[in-house]
Amino acid sequence: MKRRDFVQLAGLGLGSFAIPFQMMGNPVSIEALLEMPLTVTQKKQFADAALNTARSGGATYADVRIGRYLNQFISTREARVQNITSTESFGVGVRVITKGTWGFAATNDVTTDGIKKATERALAIAKANSKFQTEPVRLAPVSGYGEVSWNTPIQKNAFEIPVSEKVELLLSANAAAQKNGANFASSNLFQINEQKYFASTDGSYIDQDIHRIWPTFTVNVIDRASGKFKSREAMSAPMGMGYEYLIPKAEDKLSAPTGMILYRNSYDMIEDAATAARQAKEMISAKSVEPGKYDLVLEPNHLGLTIHESVGHPLELDRILGYEANYAGTSFASIEKLKSGTFNYGSKQVSIFADKTQPGSLGAVGYDDEGVKCKRWDLIKDGILVNFQATRDQVHMLGQNESHGCSYSQSWSDVQFQRMPNVSLAPAKEPYSIDEMVKDVEKGIYIAGRGSYSIDQQRYNFQFGGQVFFEIKQGKIVGLLNDVAYQSNTQEFWNSCVKVCDERDYRMFGSFFDGKGQPSQVSAVSHGSSTARFNGVNVINTGRTI
Amino acid sequence: MSILTKDEAQALLKKVLSYSKADECEVNLTGNDSANIRYARNSVSTSAKVSSSQLVVSSAYGKKLGVATINEFDDASLEKVVRRSEELAQLAPENPEYVLFLGPQNYAGSATYVPATAAITPRLRSDLVAASLQVARDAKAVAAGFLEDNTGYSAMANSKGLFAYNTSTNTNFSITVRTEDGRGSGYATRGYNDVTKLDTRKATQIATDKALKSAEAKAIEPGKYTVILEPAAVAVLLERIFFGLDARQADEGRSFLSKAGGTTRLGEKMVDERVNIYSDPLHPELPTSTWSGDGRPQEKVSWIEKGVIKNFSYSRYWAEKKGVKAVPGPDGAIMEGGTKSLEELIAGTKKGVLVTRLWYIRDVDPQSLLLTGLTRDGTFYIENGKIQYPIKNFRFNESPIIMLNNLEELGKVERTVSVESNVNYLLPPIKVRDFTFSSLSDAV
Repeated sequence: MKRRDFVQLAGLGLGSFAIPFQMMGNPVSIEALLEMPLTVTQKKQFADAALNTARSGGATYADVRIGRYLNQFISTREARVQNITSTESFGVGVRVITKGTWGFAATNDVTTDGIKKATERALAIAKANSKFQTEPVRLAPVSGYGEVSWNTPIQKNAFEIPVSEKVELLLSANAAAQKNGANFASSNLFQINEQKYFASTDGSYIDQDIHRIWPTFTVNVIDRASGKFKSREAMSAPMGMGYEYLIPKAEDKLSAPTGMILYRNSYDMIEDAATAARQAKEMISAKSVEPGKYDLVLEPNHLGLTIHESVGHPLELDRILGYEANYAGTSFASIEKLKSGTFNYGSKQVSIFADKTQPGSLGAVGYDDEGVKCKRWDLIKDGILVNFQATRDQVHMLGQNESHGCSYSQSWSDVQFQRMPNVSLAPAKEPYSIDEMVKDVEKGIYIAGRGSYSIDQQRYNFQFGGQVFFEIKQGKIVGLLNDVAYQSNTQEFWNSCVKVCDERDYRMFGSFFDGKGQPSQVSAVSHGSSTARFNGVNVINTGRTI
Repeated sequence: MSILTKDEAQALLKKVLSYSKADECEVNLTGNDSANIRYARNSVSTSAKVSSSQLVVSSAYGKKLGVATINEFDDASLEKVVRRSEELAQLAPENPEYVLFLGPQNYAGSATYVPATAAITPRLRSDLVAASLQVARDAKAVAAGFLEDNTGYSAMANSKGLFAYNTSTNTNFSITVRTEDGRGSGYATRGYNDVTKLDTRKATQIATDKALKSAEAKAIEPGKYTVILEPAAVAVLLERIFFGLDARQADEGRSFLSKAGGTTRLGEKMVDERVNIYSDPLHPELPTSTWSGDGRPQEKVSWIEKGVIKNFSYSRYWAEKKGVKAVPGPDGAIMEGGTKSLEELIAGTKKGVLVTRLWYIRDVDPQSLLLTGLTRDGTFYIENGKIQYPIKNFRFNESPIIMLNNLEELGKVERTVSVESNVNYLLPPIKVRDFTFSSLSDAV
């Protein structure tokens, strides 16, 4: 997602309105904002108004989502705050099936009358669209869960932390970068809280409170004489956590053979900003890569994006079926390849699973946005493709009758559809450390952090960059490299995976604003892995002069 | 209350300003009615209609600014949002880069509003989609498309007497048609302020023809090729230049427009002398608002003239610091073209590649503006002035600056939409030599 889209999202989406926090932390104001506008009993009454209207209007199924979505985005540059935006969006979305066709409508008029009207609109849309319908909707069965709830297990609610404290952290990170040689440093903190209530005609009433956080920065080093500039971004990961992620703990720090510190379930932003500035400075005079075949050692905060693009997206059933053909594209992974039971997605070292229950992950929820309880399942087992990701209305096309719980909507005002769960590479069972992995490589490159990424619309051909690249020669890290990108083909790449480190190195990468659909919706998803080695990958040199 | 007239908007803004007790107050008001239909597998998948309004109040005490936003418009809510912005301003740290609000400005009238688009009915939307679906079904092909239309207004006023108002309409349509066996794929996209110009049947016919003709793609070696890029492909490459015209980035030394020794490329010839790029809010084929979000007038600005970088865009703060006119960035852009049609460009090509569309464009190196991405939905080999056969898709690694130095020919300008940003442009198809395709893709 592009930077201006961040700003757009952190600003005001369609139909949303903002209540900015008191900037320097007024407890009364914060408490007022943290109050829920409705009790669970009121939400149930409103939900029943929608469900009853839908039933009496001829719906064979209906669900209703009452959502309150809070965002706060703090943006700083060097020693000053550029922007603090807080938004709140509150409303109701109603989805119905009538005449075998979906209809959806949303309103911010959260009253019994407003909800009834929205439900009637959803029914009218379904009836109108049914004339184009060639495939009546079929839902996989879900039993009602009754009245249940689920919360992200946070320790510190980021929205309760005074803005001044958060600003101070960001400005300290900028200062640390400048002290270590950065000409410019900017940092951002994104915080999201989704308070959502779901009810359906299947008999579920689900109340959930979801939290996500993402601290990040960019530092620039500029060599005025040569006109060269280099940047390095944060090695943080967006997480499904509270503000505790920003309180560094020694046990979450891992030292890589490159001398860099990498982070697991908590993040030292100031330390990383200082390292980033030193690395960016070193990059100004670092060697430009010699193109050719290299063995790549990819650390989790880099590999996560490769997993996301080359495994996560191609295994989305709605893409495979053609629902995303006009925008995101389709997929090389077909139902035939899945059903063959022999499609070699990767080497035997590659086992990739989907899991919407992983603690700390962005995709962790109790129930998805169509009321399906979340779970873990295998996508690739010992290199063989074994399953996809699906929602209630599509899973039958795989010959399965249980939804995978992959339905999500970015707000009450958008219709839910299939979104990627957390998709992760299983760590090796036998002990193998990152030091041992580097020692075993003769000619290679160690890549850390997310960089430039691009993949074709059926997810065959991809090209990835990174944040920092270290040359490996005869088992030793010898220095930084510039102008590195690797190109490969999904199946070839995953079959070149020869080793994965054990669980001591397992960490999560996250994509906070993953875009899909028309109109585009964002979702957040994590990808865990341990550092992994891929042999003989094609590396290109991206240096050009203009 | 979604679309307010100029008088209604002005009255509302005046009322909001009357509540202000700050040193300065500025109010921005917007409202939109939008609707869309999405389809895939020759069937409608989703459709929606969304109305929204929003009021943003900025209050300042000295160099301290507070911003608050609301979407409720009763008097109590209006006063509440003003008070909240004032409380925030009192608590805010001083912003050393704060610039006082603008006084009254003169704006030209815009041509962004077309009544026919504002009057679009559910029936017309569904007819436009039905026409598209029929073309695909008749060809035994599979369509996936998206139609959306929007009618909106924006208005702003401040305590210094500035007032601005604009209404606009637009409609965007995109269509992908694939053969039933998934071996061929074609694409077309259209964007207009005026829905009566939108011919979904014709656009779908073009996408269908490309799908059918691209089905037996052959692999040719990656490398440097003479390439004809259709306007939709030109848009996603050139807009990276349009988005990167900011003076501050260049002055700070972190832009492709920065240069060794700490200076910039302003006034230098950077690309072929036939390249002329400008923005003009009054262009009849690409009307845009005549004012920017902070109240600055949008005027005709030449960005690249005869290959020379003529202007940078400035924030008001940076312009004041540099003592220059604070020119806002372009809203849409226009590149001058030639007289030849796409067919004529093909007819004049000895050996080359025709590219319908480029996809998944990402920056690889901001220093050289090197981009990567792939061809998609109709890539063809040209020899001796004729399309010979469809070819497999390529990944490219190319900088639009290098590309515009390798210019061979410009075709006739047409309105197009960027699939990456959704921004509309007037661009020609262009023919360039030595365009770098670095690997093959099996994707269709």
